[in-house]
Amino acid sequence: MKFNNNFKRQVNHPMSVTQQLINNQSYKLKTTSLTGILVAGVFFADKCRAEYGINFPPPAADVAQEIYNIHMLTMQITTVLLLIVFGFVFYSLYYHRKSRGFQADQDFHNSWFGNWSWVVVPVMVLGVDLTIAGKADAVLKKVWDVPKAENILDVKVTGHQWWWEFDYLDHGIKVESRYVPEKESGDLYLREVDNRLVLPTGQKIRFLHTSADVLHAFWVPELAVKKDAIPGYVTETWAELNREGVFRGQCAELCGTWHSRMPIVVESVSPQQFATWVDDQKAIKVAAAAEASADKTWSMDELMAKGKTLYDTKCAACHQVTGVGLPPAFPALKGSAMATGSIEAHLEIVIKGKEGTAMQPWGSLNDLEIAAIVTYERNAWDNNTGDVVQPSDVKQAR
Amino acid sequence: MSAKEHSGDYFIPDPSPWPIIGMFSLLITLFGGALAMNGVSLGSYLVVAGLLMFFYLLYGWFRDVIKENLSDCYNRQVDTSFRMGMFWFIASEVFFFLSFFGALYYIRNIALPWLGGDGYLGVTNEILYHGFENAWPSHGPGELGGDFLPMGAWGIPAINTLILLTSGATITWAHWGLKLDNQKQLVNGLIATIALGVFFVILQAYEYGHAYQELNLTLETGAYGSTFYMLTGFHGFHVTMGAVMLMAILGRSMKSHFSAHNHFAFEAVAWYWHFVDVVWLGLFVFVYWL
Amino acid sequence: MTTTTLNHDEAHHHDMPTGWRRWLFSTNHKDIGTLYLLFALTMLFLGGASAMLIRLELFQPGIQLLDPDLYNNLVTNHALIMIFGAVMPAAAGLANWMIPMMIGAPDMALPRMNNLSFWILPAAATMLILSFIVPFFPGGGTQINTGWTLYPPLSVQVGMSMDFLIFAIHLLGISSVLASINIIVTLLNMRAPGMTLMTMPMFCWTWLVTAFLLILVVPVLAGGVTMLLFDRHFGTSFFDAAGGGDPVLFQHLFWFFGHPEVYILLLPSIGVLSHVIPAFSRKPLFGYKSMVGAMLTVATIGMVVWAHHQYTIGMSLGAVTYFMIGTILISIPVGLMIFNFIATMWRGAMTFETPMLFAVAIVLMFTFGGLSGVMLAVVPADMQYHDSMFVVAHFHYVLMPGAVFGLFAGVFYWLPKWTGHMYDETLGKIFFWTNVIGFNITFFPQHFLGLAGMPRRIVDYNMMFTEFNVISSIGAIIFGLSHLLLLYIVIKTIRGGKKAESRAWEGAKGLEWELDSPPAFHTWTVAPQIK
Ligand code: HEA
Ligand code: HEA
Ligand code: HEC
Ligand code: CUA
Ligand SMILES: [Cu+2]
Repeated sequence: MKFNNNFKRQVNHPMSVTQQLINNQSYKLKTTSLTGILVAGVFFADKCRAEYGINFPPPAADVAQEIYNIHMLTMQITTVLLLIVFGFVFYSLYYHRKSRGFQADQDFHNSWFGNWSWVVVPVMVLGVDLTIAGKADAVLKKVWDVPKAENILDVKVTGHQWWWEFDYLDHGIKVESRYVPEKESGDLYLREVDNRLVLPTGQKIRFLHTSADVLHAFWVPELAVKKDAIPGYVTETWAELNREGVFRGQCAELCGTWHSRMPIVVESVSPQQFATWVDDQKAIKVAAAAEASADKTWSMDELMAKGKTLYDTKCAACHQVTGVGLPPAFPALKGSAMATGSIEAHLEIVIKGKEGTAMQPWGSLNDLEIAAIVTYERNAWDNNTGDVVQPSDVKQAR
Repeated sequence: MSAKEHSGDYFIPDPSPWPIIGMFSLLITLFGGALAMNGVSLGSYLVVAGLLMFFYLLYGWFRDVIKENLSDCYNRQVDTSFRMGMFWFIASEVFFFLSFFGALYYIRNIALPWLGGDGYLGVTNEILYHGFENAWPSHGPGELGGDFLPMGAWGIPAINTLILLTSGATITWAHWGLKLDNQKQLVNGLIATIALGVFFVILQAYEYGHAYQELNLTLETGAYGSTFYMLTGFHGFHVTMGAVMLMAILGRSMKSHFSAHNHFAFEAVAWYWHFVDVVWLGLFVFVYWL
Repeated sequence: MTTTTLNHDEAHHHDMPTGWRRWLFSTNHKDIGTLYLLFALTMLFLGGASAMLIRLELFQPGIQLLDPDLYNNLVTNHALIMIFGAVMPAAAGLANWMIPMMIGAPDMALPRMNNLSFWILPAAATMLILSFIVPFFPGGGTQINTGWTLYPPLSVQVGMSMDFLIFAIHLLGISSVLASINIIVTLLNMRAPGMTLMTMPMFCWTWLVTAFLLILVVPVLAGGVTMLLFDRHFGTSFFDAAGGGDPVLFQHLFWFFGHPEVYILLLPSIGVLSHVIPAFSRKPLFGYKSMVGAMLTVATIGMVVWAHHQYTIGMSLGAVTYFMIGTILISIPVGLMIFNFIATMWRGAMTFETPMLFAVAIVLMFTFGGLSGVMLAVVPADMQYHDSMFVVAHFHYVLMPGAVFGLFAGVFYWLPKWTGHMYDETLGKIFFWTNVIGFNITFFPQHFLGLAGMPRRIVDYNMMFTEFNVISSIGAIIFGLSHLLLLYIVIKTIRGGKKAESRAWEGAKGLEWELDSPPAFHTWTVAPQIK
């Protein structure tokens, strides 16, 4: 079994936070019983956590830290309860055996204890329950209370089958984030994406979750927020990152075939770096828009080249790089009636998608991109229709 | 009936083929149904075959029960078992309807306000549906099914309410007749009830036609169309079943199967009919009126 | 409990049917009980076989055996077959066999309907299995890759196999409702004179509560999948925001059924324990009344906390707080049950035959699973746990010990009664130890996987999760193979072995032990008088 060094490094970083955790821990542990400490020691040993990932990774936000603490607290309480149960059972198993000659105490259930335990036990359990609920409630309020700060950064997170779209609503830029195949991501396979979700530290961020097709869920353990992306509805969460770093998560709601291939990678950077990044993205966007609307007639080769790149990133997850699809779930485009027949119909299904299937509308791509993809599909893999679709055709078809 | 001698007082029926026929009929019907819904033509034939088998089973099963009853196999305890069984069956039906009423409640009072910008997920409106306002009846922000008119409460639905309420009275009247051993009153009461039930179904069918043709209110009309047809449709189905059961009871009454003391079947059907009645009141208030 | 009249071998001269008619047309609670149990055992192996495939795929990172849709198809089938095919029918089988014998009734109250509720099950299983294999036929559409929760809109995308599944669920629902009606009526109407509700055996109580739960929640599931069917084929928009519906509505309907369902799975096993533990501790059940009270409380609270499966869907603060507190409070009645079991063992004179071994294991391991349930109930923490392998670990810890082991205990406890032979105690013990150890190796590491960030229902994972998955898969193989031993023991016991006495266990109490082992075809044809 090979071990992933990259991961180890991230989890250990930065030491100060982890150290703080341990300190927290030992403070609380003093108040619990000795056995609790022993077992807890095994559970919480920092070394184990870093090596094998047996507990949450160190939080990257204050609220996440509180969530982490409540998790540890309930785990400690339940461990102690479990030990109590084990203690009584094993004591009894040992001493109250027939083979030891123990005579059954037929009046046990008629004793004072037998008559009143139905009150005593629930009251004790209620006490523990309320402790847990009380602590949890305080944290819960913070998690739920999306702040209404002035300079909050709104990020709309849209789940797609099977990629993520991040819209920075205040900056008008958008990031499409897809998993990277094993060839390129190596050890980080299924934990790495092509375009990361870049976020600044020290600023409150509001995530607006929604979905374009089926349910997905946004989950980055270091932020400790998980929220479902529901098509047609918008749910909210918030976070404020307190350290820089790269945090990896995954889609956490079954969304069909490639549910396992929807990683989320948050790159937490300083506000200055973030500002630079935003400017870069804006520039790229302007350039792309200019290219698309430059009323130019494109040659077959140009479109084919562009089309291939776009097709391989956006369409190949379902229709496959070779165009053969994965029937019956995803039809082949190679030799399909649609890709070799009427251009209008072909454009229509790409722009509008097909309701009730995984084929989503791709109308948000610009005219050039759609033209390129459709041209590519009509000529690649021996489809050889010879059709060249221009951006102007797309504009008309919309 | 050999059963009586070997089972003490409580009647244990002989081995019976009906359950297993029931199994096959259900299997064939639903297998066919699944195929038919996906455009496999064999499916519809299977559905018909399965249903025929199902009715044969009902006929055979109840024929046995009637025979046993007439040959005095059932003691009081058996009768109680039947009554309790029917009672809890109706209880489960209540929860079946509750799931549809629950859906209506959820959509009207939770989901649509969110879509319209109120409540906890109100931000939905701001991000996805600028300008959509919550109102009922609604076919949602996507305006599914196109423009439509809702179904008014005070036309046919009000008449139907009256019909069902009256039918509740007529079946009670029939029951009184039965208790007094007045067979004529029993039969007349049942005939009146059945007539009212059939009339109800006809009016309901007419109403559906009206909705489809003139109001453009269809199954596709968003949440309103969905809940409207689901609730009224399932209720209509239950009325139809109830009417069929009433007809069976009528046949038996005409053959004087019931006596003032032994008429579980009659009571079971009467309970069922009242249940259907009460559900209708819920429908009238929540689907048509409010 | 003593009886005045005993009717051991009376009246079975001419009426015991023979051949295939005996089984197909049966109106006899014992035969129908046997059918239920055999059906459940078959399904355990089917569901187990898919579990083995799941674990083999997860043995290493990468996609080796199963393509992603097939993987999730197996997950869906595994869960549905185990829950609806194995656990519920097995519990119904125990009920059929034991309830009439325990309450001194000649049979179930509605014997013919009893047969119908059983025979609908094979039909349902056929539909369920069809839903699994239809996609492999040409034109069969896509596979069911939704998990057992069937959430739309994903379940709307699936091809015609989903319709088979929906109808399978309808059939399962009809079967359970009919069976429950029968059990309720039997318990309320058929008790021997002198046996009151508060003196009837605890197993009967657990089934009474279970049956009520079933009648109340199964129809809601049926309604939910019916709406799903309409959304798929008839253009309605219950679960489509564009028409004013909400995908989450389905989740509410599903879990309104789904959460009580877990107590439906749990309670019959609690009932079995309430017989096994006193028998082998040689002293009465501690706290009969508080047990009944606890059960009623579990059922009541259990009906109103369903949304703890949906903390991440975006509920208001008030709603999540309510569901959190409600869910945590369930630990009170369940804790009381566990306490009563421990107090029954306490100061008893225990011996450790296989049923008792399972009982002790349940007390320990179910508590473990229940406690991780309480961790899940804490909303902020569940923001992390939800839909991770931690949840998978939790529910196998409650499902296997809480439901399946309880049924095993029941089978071993009553096997001598049913077959007239004692099972092989040594083999029984070997089975217990391989089973329990295998179980823990399989599911304990999954807690760590979940905490470290591995989502559930994924066919392929990053190599950082390899170690624990390897351990878990190895455990699963041990665990799976141990069930072959169970099969062997059961067959061996049916075919022969030491004769069982009518009171097969020294400390066993109750009417069923007054009857011969095996009991006559018809028992208690004259009701015993309970004093
Ligand atoms: C037999 C089945 C069974 C049982 C009995 C339980 C019992 C409980 N379950 Fe579990 N659960 C499942 C089967 C079961 N569960 C399944 C199948 C799922 C996943 C479904 C899916 O998504 O596919 C699930 C998921 C699940 C979730 C959702 C997780 C998620 O998806 O995010 C939650 C959250 O609250 C939860 C909580 C609980 C609680 C609080 C109990 C309680 O009843 C436990 C009570 C018991 C104890 C607490 C132990 C004994 C008590 C004491 C020793 C007293 C002292 C205790 C305290 C003071 C705390 N369960
Ligand atoms: C009562 C219910 C029950 C039972 C008994 C089990 C039993 C088992 N489950 Fe189950 N499981 C669920 C209910 C249950 N499960 C549910 C509800 C889910 C959630 C589904 C979802 O996400 O939608 C789930 C999901 C689930 C997953 C998670 C899948 C995922 O999320 O990706 C895993 C993975 O390890 C798993 C493993 C196992 C194993 C190893 C067993 C073992 O106990 C099985 C033991 C094995 C046997 C009993 C078979 C023995 C037979 C042989 C060895 C012979 C082999 C025969 C042939 C090959 C013909 N289960
Ligand atoms: C999430 C999976 C998925 C992705 C990504 C996807 N498609 Fe599709 N596509 C489908 C499915 C499913 C269908 C079948 C729809 C149906 O049932 O008619 C389909 C159908 C089509 C068809 C019609 C094929 C035929 O023969 O009927 C075309 C053309 C097509 N897609 C083009 C594209 C293009 C172009 C892209 C990328 C920009 C793309 N698809 C991305 C799933 C996908
Ligand atoms: Cu997206 Cu899972
Ligand atoms: Cu639950």
